[in-house]
Amino acid sequence: MEYAILIHEPATDFALREDPEKAPAYWAGWSAYAKALTEAGVMRGGAGLMAPSAAATVRLRGDQRHVQDGPFADTKEMLGGFFLIEAASLEEAIAWAARCPAAATGAVEVRPRLPNMS
Amino acid sequence: MTQTEAARGAIEQAARAAYGRLLAYLCARSRDIAAAEDALGEALLSALTHWPEHGLPAAPEAWLLTTARRKLTDRARRAAVAAKGEAELVRAAEELALTDDFPDDRLKLLFVCAHPAIDAAARTPLMLQTVLGLNAARIASAFLTAPEAMGKRLVRAKAKIREAGLAFATPEREDLPARLEAVLEAIYAAFGAGWDDDAGAGEAASGLAGEALFLADLVARLLPDESEPHALRALMLHAQARRAARRDAAGAFVPLAAQDSRLWSRPLIAEAEAALARAAARGPAGRFQLEAILQSLHASRAAGGATPWAAIVQIYDLIAARTPTVGALVARAAALGEARGPEAGLAALAALDPARTRAYQPYWAAHAHLLAAAGRPAEAADAYARAAGLTSDPAVRAFLLARRAGLPEAYRNEKAHRNE
Repeated sequence: MEYAILIHEPATDFALREDPEKAPAYWAGWSAYAKALTEAGVMRGGAGLMAPSAAATVRLRGDQRHVQDGPFADTKEMLGGFFLIEAASLEEAIAWAARCPAAATGAVEVRPRLPNMS
Repeated sequence: MTQTEAARGAIEQAARAAYGRLLAYLCARSRDIAAAEDALGEALLSALTHWPEHGLPAAPEAWLLTTARRKLTDRARRAAVAAKGEAELVRAAEELALTDDFPDDRLKLLFVCAHPAIDAAARTPLMLQTVLGLNAARIASAFLTAPEAMGKRLVRAKAKIREAGLAFATPEREDLPARLEAVLEAIYAAFGAGWDDDAGAGEAASGLAGEALFLADLVARLLPDESEPHALRALMLHAQARRAARRDAAGAFVPLAAQDSRLWSRPLIAEAEAALARAAARGPAGRFQLEAILQSLHASRAAGGATPWAAIVQIYDLIAARTPTVGALVARAAALGEARGPEAGLAALAALDPARTRAYQPYWAAHAHLLAAAGRPAEAADAYARAAGLTSDPAVRAFLLARRAGLPEAYRNEKAHRNE
């Protein structure tokens, strides 16, 4: 079964990416995590995302069009990326989520993916 | 209001101190844990309404027990109870409940929880819920499990006990060692719940360490002539003694070999050694006594001098011969590396089945350490990254990545790629 690991990072984590002193350690943690997923043979995909400030959000309501700067919701933690992994059970997927660097700073959501639509 | 608060305080206290004893006594006869939990829950609610009005009973635990028993036996005839009225039921309870002196059936309850017919993954949660009254959500978090799944697991286990009619009894002499090992195993699982490190290094202690120590202490008191419960206590007390030394002032992880032994708790070490002496006096070294001896050898550094690695390897040889778990084999290889040099440790790691180690964090941490010591920095950098990626402890991750960054210049790869 495939699970999405949705990474919600606090603003302080996004700031680390731009901090010349601390960025290497930040990226090293993610790189190590991605490596562990790959070497364990469970990695199925995923992507890191740029900071929420780079986002734009679109809503169409009847004949009204709304486009706004920023992410869809202004929450304390925001989507910073995701992985798609193969796990035998929700429990196994949760164990991988706990190893995610953002689990200690933000929140990591685990969700089973839907079967292929086609 | 203050009287209500006093009553609530007394109820909470009685519930915490006596929950397991009350529940064990209630379900030892009926074998229906879920029904006993409901009845005890209702009795606690009754106490909340009656104690503030009528004052605390002379024997609160017996009051709860009698009330719960009445609720249990009257369950089938609920209508009759309603007709009789709550007040009469409570008066009957007070007449019967004169002393708190009733049998302690918690040992029987522990043996049922760790019965071979119960799924191994349900045993520890079942003990924590029935003997200590922990709720499913707290247990689920400690074991990194979704609360709903944990709740279902507990319900299934209780149904199995009721339907299979598992006996609430202390096993016969010939069955005792194996059945007791299962009980102690489940208690030890609570101690390290949710941690990567089950390598017997005793460094990890979950948020349930206090609960695990309580249960081990309970078994040691209820089966005082058995060796292994004392040994399990010794093992956990030694690990607890080192807790404060696992982090430096800045919160950074400090591995066992680098810990300042002056930070180890002397009173806890003394208690651990006393427990180990009791275990040794009661029987030959079983699984937990061997583990406790290991911890004792590590603790001997506190008296000055070096860690006795050669002796530690000998104990690991005995453990690995009995139970060749991946945890024991990895810990043995790490100890070999200290005793006879990194090449010996690496050779022992190379003998392990890669399928069992590819997502096993202690293997990659030990491998990285030995590769670095053997002067193979490129491979060490790779192993440090895998170890860092597999830990769920941010302090351990930071420690491993710092070690990796400290490898000779040519092998550093700090400009790691973005997560993809």
